[in-house]
Amino acid sequence: MNFFSTIKLVIGNLRARKGRSFLTILGIVIGVAGVIIIIALGAGAKSLILGQVTKLGSNLLRVVPGKGESNGPPIPGLVITTLVDSDAAALRGSAQAPHVTSVSASVLGSATVTWDNKSIDATFIGTDYAYQDIFNFTMQSGQFFSQAQDQGGANVVVLGSTTADDLFGASGVDPIGQVIKVKSSVQSEAGGVPLRVVGVISSRGSSFFQNQDEMIFVPLSIGQNQILGIHHLQAIDLKIDATENMDSSVQDVTNILSQRHRIQKSVDKDFMVRNQGDAVDILSKITDALSLFLTSMAAIALVVGGIGILNIMMVTVAERTREIGLRKAVGATNAAIRSQFLLEASFLTGLGGMVGIIIGILVSYLAAKLMISLGYDWAFVVSWQSVILAVGVSILMGIFFGLYPAFKASRLDPIDALRYE
Amino acid sequence: MNLISVNDLKKDYVTGELVTSVLHGLTFKIEQGEFVAIMGPSGSGKSTLMHILSFLDRPTSGSYKFNDQDTTDFDDNYLASLRNERIGFIFQSFNLLPRTSVLDNVKLPLIYSKKKNHDELAKKALDSVGLSHRLHYYTNQISGGEKQRVAIARALVCDPAVIFADEPTGNLDSKSGNTVMYILQQLNNQGHTIILVTHETDTANHAQRIIRLKDGKLVSDESVVKRTVAEADRDLLK
Repeated sequence: MNFFSTIKLVIGNLRARKGRSFLTILGIVIGVAGVIIIIALGAGAKSLILGQVTKLGSNLLRVVPGKGESNGPPIPGLVITTLVDSDAAALRGSAQAPHVTSVSASVLGSATVTWDNKSIDATFIGTDYAYQDIFNFTMQSGQFFSQAQDQGGANVVVLGSTTADDLFGASGVDPIGQVIKVKSSVQSEAGGVPLRVVGVISSRGSSFFQNQDEMIFVPLSIGQNQILGIHHLQAIDLKIDATENMDSSVQDVTNILSQRHRIQKSVDKDFMVRNQGDAVDILSKITDALSLFLTSMAAIALVVGGIGILNIMMVTVAERTREIGLRKAVGATNAAIRSQFLLEASFLTGLGGMVGIIIGILVSYLAAKLMISLGYDWAFVVSWQSVILAVGVSILMGIFFGLYPAFKASRLDPIDALRYE
Repeated sequence: MNLISVNDLKKDYVTGELVTSVLHGLTFKIEQGEFVAIMGPSGSGKSTLMHILSFLDRPTSGSYKFNDQDTTDFDDNYLASLRNERIGFIFQSFNLLPRTSVLDNVKLPLIYSKKKNHDELAKKALDSVGLSHRLHYYTNQISGGEKQRVAIARALVCDPAVIFADEPTGNLDSKSGNTVMYILQQLNNQGHTIILVTHETDTANHAQRIIRLKDGKLVSDESVVKRTVAEADRDLLK
């Protein structure tokens, strides 16, 4: 008996039992589709998150005040004031940190922004002109504030695209040149600081921690003195010339600041240097772990589907005992019976795998479409590895779970089988 | 020439410690072209004998020569190929595959053989039992007599040396049964060896020779004096 006639036989048998064949493969279909969908969604989510981090620039370092996370979270309400303007100045152009190309100091807070009796809440960042270079802003209109405006403490402001829309969109007035009032939510006095709009930043969508489109940017001294009333910094952002110099620059920056703050032991540090690349690594790890977890859930579903196959094959063998007896009587060898049932099981699971792949790809595609229509930078990724994995696993399961019933069928005594009622 | 030759054939069944002897040493020969009936009441061992002769079972002791070859050392795969090429089976309950066409049922033994032209051979076999007009019917759409004729066609399709018919008329009305016996006698006239297993004397009388068994022993082995010649019902053979 050759392979081709076995295939013909198997297809004939399955066609004669369409309803049951369909129910049998349903478990496999769901399992395989689940694996594909979850892997595709995981890859999509990863591309979204990593895309947002790298959009910020992957060769960035950020210095923040406070001890390392290893000493536990900072005490709530405790304000650390040790990071100051002169720290930023010392890092700028320092011979000890040769790979640092740009330095930008910043403070951050929430504020109420008012123009023509219209008020909205926005996050404001007080920073210097280098901020634009570090975070790669492009301007929708006007300019980012200049070095002169920044150092002179000019009363100017740059708006995120959403903020500009919310304030000026309805009136149709060009925001450039208009004066808005910015009042910190912790500031008690009425009125707020009047600032002239000099630029609007192009929309760049939401990044995973903050949406720059909803922010406003003011010169550092305005932010510190007039809005917040503080004299320290909340962050220093540094741009490094090349990714391979990131680690050495972390060390350089740490050395400079430790010297300035007279830190003897590293556990006494009152600042942290964070690497954006580390954030990418951590996020990749998190999304990978999540994908792995979900994939193993789907794999369990696949195994349950496989046990369904085992169950149905056992029933099929019992139900077709007379047929098996007859086949043996007319000359089928044990091997022929075994390969018939084995092929039947793997054909079922293989078919289930195919249908599952088609459904899985379709659902992943629709999900990607949906995410893109919602404005996320989502990638539709179905890796061929996941397809091969899913089909391979389903066929292997057909063989694995078909083996026992097939073996049982092949060992039936033809005389008993022919008499079976 | 002796097609089948058994000498002191014994068969015991062992269940736990209990040994049940079913056949107590049978000795006989069957020549090529014979039509032999094996008769006996239930429990006489006739079915067991048929299973051994048709290679579905093995004897416990004694020798069984098929075509002058001792079958003792034949392995399972060789026995399967002997069943396929040299033996045809007709069962009391037809044993056709459900949800399968008449033609595919007849082709069943061919898929385990080395023969080519399956459709042609199966159609030829169906033609010889007068069922050319039923090729694409499913087996649940035809009558009992037709089912048994499909089974005969299936037994014939590999052109076997011997056809075993186990109570072939047991589930049929007398008219259909008569037609089946007519076909078997026709096949015998064409040179096929037929071994009929039955407990009915009327049926056995269609054979040339009757071997009677009782309690696993051969009690008589004689030619049929007044052989019944089956008349085919023309309507049924249409």
